[in-house]
Amino acid sequence: MATQKVISRQTGVEDTQYKWGFEFDYESDVAPRGLNEDIVRLISSKKGEPEWMLEWRLKAFAHWNKLGNEEPTWANISHPPIDFQDIIYYAAPKSQKDGPKSLDEVDPEMLEAFAKLGIPLEEQKKLSGVAVDAIIDSVSVATTYQEMLLKAGVIFCSMSEAIKNHPDLVRKYLGSVVPYTDNFYATLNSAVFSDGSFCYVPPGVRCPIELMTYFRINELDTGQFERTLIIADEGSYVSYLEGCTAPMRKTHQLHAAVVELVTLDDAEIKYSTLQNWYPGDKEGKGGVYNFVTKRGIARGKNSKISWTQVETGSAITWKYPSVILQGDNSVGEFYSVALVNNYQQADTGTKMIHIGKNTKSTIVAKGISAGHAQNTYRGQVKIMPTADNAQNFTQCDSLLIGDQCGAHTVPYIEVRNSTARMGHEATTSKVNDDQLFYLQQRGISLEEANYMIINGFCRGIFKELPFEFAAEASQLMRVSLEGAVG
Amino acid sequence: MTQAHERNGTALLEVKGLRVSVGETEILRGIDLTVRKGEVHAIMGPNGSGKSTLTNVLAGRPEYIVTEGQVLFEGKNILGLPPVGMDPETRAREGMFLAFQYPVELAGVRTWQFLKAAVDATREYRGLPQLKIREFDRLLEEKLELVEIAPELIKRSVNEGFSGGEKKRNEILQMLLLDPKLAMLDETDSGLDIDALRIVANGVNQFKGPSKAIVLVTHYQRILNYITPDFVHVLVDGRIVRSGGKELAEQLEEKGYDWVRESSDSPAAPPAAKVGA
Ligand SMILES: Nc1ncnc2c1ncn2[C@@H]1O[C@H](COP(=O)(O)OP(=O)(O)O)[C@@H](O)[C@H]1O
Ligand SMILES: [Mg+2]
Repeated sequence: MATQKVISRQTGVEDTQYKWGFEFDYESDVAPRGLNEDIVRLISSKKGEPEWMLEWRLKAFAHWNKLGNEEPTWANISHPPIDFQDIIYYAAPKSQKDGPKSLDEVDPEMLEAFAKLGIPLEEQKKLSGVAVDAIIDSVSVATTYQEMLLKAGVIFCSMSEAIKNHPDLVRKYLGSVVPYTDNFYATLNSAVFSDGSFCYVPPGVRCPIELMTYFRINELDTGQFERTLIIADEGSYVSYLEGCTAPMRKTHQLHAAVVELVTLDDAEIKYSTLQNWYPGDKEGKGGVYNFVTKRGIARGKNSKISWTQVETGSAITWKYPSVILQGDNSVGEFYSVALVNNYQQADTGTKMIHIGKNTKSTIVAKGISAGHAQNTYRGQVKIMPTADNAQNFTQCDSLLIGDQCGAHTVPYIEVRNSTARMGHEATTSKVNDDQLFYLQQRGISLEEANYMIINGFCRGIFKELPFEFAAEASQLMRVSLEGAVG
Repeated sequence: MTQAHERNGTALLEVKGLRVSVGETEILRGIDLTVRKGEVHAIMGPNGSGKSTLTNVLAGRPEYIVTEGQVLFEGKNILGLPPVGMDPETRAREGMFLAFQYPVELAGVRTWQFLKAAVDATREYRGLPQLKIREFDRLLEEKLELVEIAPELIKRSVNEGFSGGEKKRNEILQMLLLDPKLAMLDETDSGLDIDALRIVANGVNQFKGPSKAIVLVTHYQRILNYITPDFVHVLVDGRIVRSGGKELAEQLEEKGYDWVRESSDSPAAPPAAKVGA
C-alpha cells in the first residue's frame, strides 16, 4: 500500500525485476579457487585466529573429506552436482582486511554501497533502534551501535571479533547446537566459515534495540559461509533480524550458513529473516543455492525461541530452522512464508524436538508457488518419552498461482509420550475468482487485488515481524511476483 | 406511465437486447432497460430468474458470456475488454457499484485497508487528490455511523465472521464511501431484520439524488416501503415480462409471480423498458 513505510532499496539497475542486483565496485582480496587444508589454514590466518579455532576448522574439514563430497539428496530439490573445487572460499573487500575499528574507518565507498541498498550503516541515517552488522562476501564491515549495546552489557559483534575478544563464550557455545558433524553443509561451513554475527545478552537484560545482520554476496563465484551464534543468558531477551541479497550472476552461488541459538532459563530469542538472495532469471539461470542449517536450543526452563522467516529469494532454498525444547515449559515457534516463482525451488520447514516437560511448539508455514516453481514444506515434530504434556500445533497452508507450479507437504510426526497433544491443519488454495472480482468491483486493479489476497494469506506471519520488516516483506512479495499475477 | 414518471434525466445506463449465457445455458434472453439519473428502478422476480446474472454482467464478471446486445454507461460501451469495453475495475471507477448478494470474505485483508485501497484507486481515477489517513478516517467514521457499524469491525478481515446483516451494511458502507453514479443493490434487503432493513434503506436514501441512479434487485416488496421505486420491472426466465410503477410491486405482493407468468404470454414490450431503447 502506498501508505506503508518501506525501507527503500533503490538501485541503478533499470529494467530488471531483481532490484538488488548491482555489484559493489571495490577491490577485493580473493583466495584461489577450490578447497583443501591450505585454504582452511589461509582463512584462519587471514582472520588472525587462535590455534583452537584452526584446530576446530581442521577437524571439520577432515570430517567433510570423509563424507566424500556426498551432498544430501533427500530434499525435494534438483540441481546439477556442485563442484566444490570450483568455488572461492574467501573473499574480502581489500580495504577492510583488518576490519574497521569504528564506523569512521569504514570505507566511504562501502558506506555508499550500503546506503544504496537502504542499509543504514551511518548511525544518523539509522533505522530507529536497529543495530546493524553488515557482512559483504565473507567479512563483517561494520557493526553499528556497539557502544550503546555495550552499556547495556550486550555483546554484538562479528564472529571474527568474538573469536578474538570473547573466546570463552565462543568456545563454550560454538558447535554446541549444530556440531560440525551435523550435516554435509554444516560440516563444510565449520571448516571454511569466514564471518557472521555474534551476540551475547547477559542475565536479566532486555536488549534495548533490534539487532540486524545484513548479508550480501558480491564477489563472482564466491561461496558465502557465515556463522551466527546468539546466546540469551538467564531472563534475557533479544530480537534479531537478518536480511540477505546478492547481485545478479549467470552462475549459481553457494550460500551455506549455520546459525545457532541458545536460550537459558526464562530467556527469549526472536529471530527474523528476510531472505532475498538472487533467485535466478525467468528461465532458471543463475541464482543462489541457499543451504542453511539453523537451530536453536531452548536449554533453560521457561525459555523461548521463535523463528520467523520470509523466504522469497534463492534459486534453491534448503533450510529447516529448528528448536530443541530441552528446558521444562520451554516454547518453540516457527512462522514461515516461502514464496517461489519461475523455476525457484524451496524445501523448507522446521523441526521441533520436545524433551522437557510441558513444552509447547507452534508451526505456521505458508507456501506460495507461482510460475514453474516447486515448494515443499518439510516438518518434523518429535515428542521424546521425557516430554510429558507436550503440545504441538502445526498449520500448513499453500497458495497456488497458475497451474504449472507445485506445493508439497511432508510432515514427520513421532510421538513417544502418550500425554502429548498434537494438532495439525493443512490447506491448499488458489487465489479465488470471486475474491478478485469483488476487489475489482471496488475499483482495485486485478494486479493489486492479487497482491492484497496474497498479503492477506501471509498476514499471520507478517504480523510476527518487526514493523520495518513487515512493510519490506510485503514489498518483497510484490517484487518477487511481478509478472506472475494480474 | 403517469406524469410523475416523465423521464427527462440523462440516460446513465442503457441495456439493449442483452443476451447472456453461462457455458451452454442461456440465462438472459433479451433485456432492454434504460436507467436515467435520479431514478430508482426495482427489479423483481422469482429465484433463478436471472437478476444476479444481470447485475453481475453489468459489473463485468468474467464467467458470463454476452452473446448479443449492447450496454452503454453514460453513452460509452462497457461490454468487452479495453479498448472496446471496460474491465470491471474501470466500470467501478467510472461509477458503477454492485452491492453483492453474497458479499465475499477476504481472509487476512483488513477491512480498513480494503476500504482505503478502494477509495484511493477510485479517487485517483476520478482525478481527485488522495485522502490523507486522517481525512479518510473522518469520512469513514461518518459513514460508519450512518450504517451503524461498530468501528471495531473495520479492524477485522473483510466480511470474515461478519453476521449476515453486518455484511449487507458493509456493502452499503462501501457504496457511500465510493460515491458511484449507479448503485445496483442485489438483494441487499434479504435476510435482514426490520432494524437492519431500516438502516440499509436509510443509507440508500442518503445516497439517492438527482445525479444518482439506483437499481434495486429484490424479491420482496418489503424494502419498497422504505425506498420508493419510480419503476418496477419483473424478470422471469431471463426476460423482463412486465414493467410499471410502484403499484406493480403491490400487485405482485398480492398475486404472486404466477400472475405475471400467466399474463406474460404476449411478447414482453412494456413501455418503461422500451423508453430510450
Ligand atoms: N455462474 C453460473 N454458472 C452456472 N449457472 C449459473 C451461474 N450464474 C447463474 N446461473 C444460473 O442462472 C440462473 C439465474 O441465476 P441468478 O441470476 O443467480 O438468478 P436470481 O438472482 O434471479 O436468483 C439460475 O438457473 C442459475 O443457476
Ligand atoms: Mg440473485
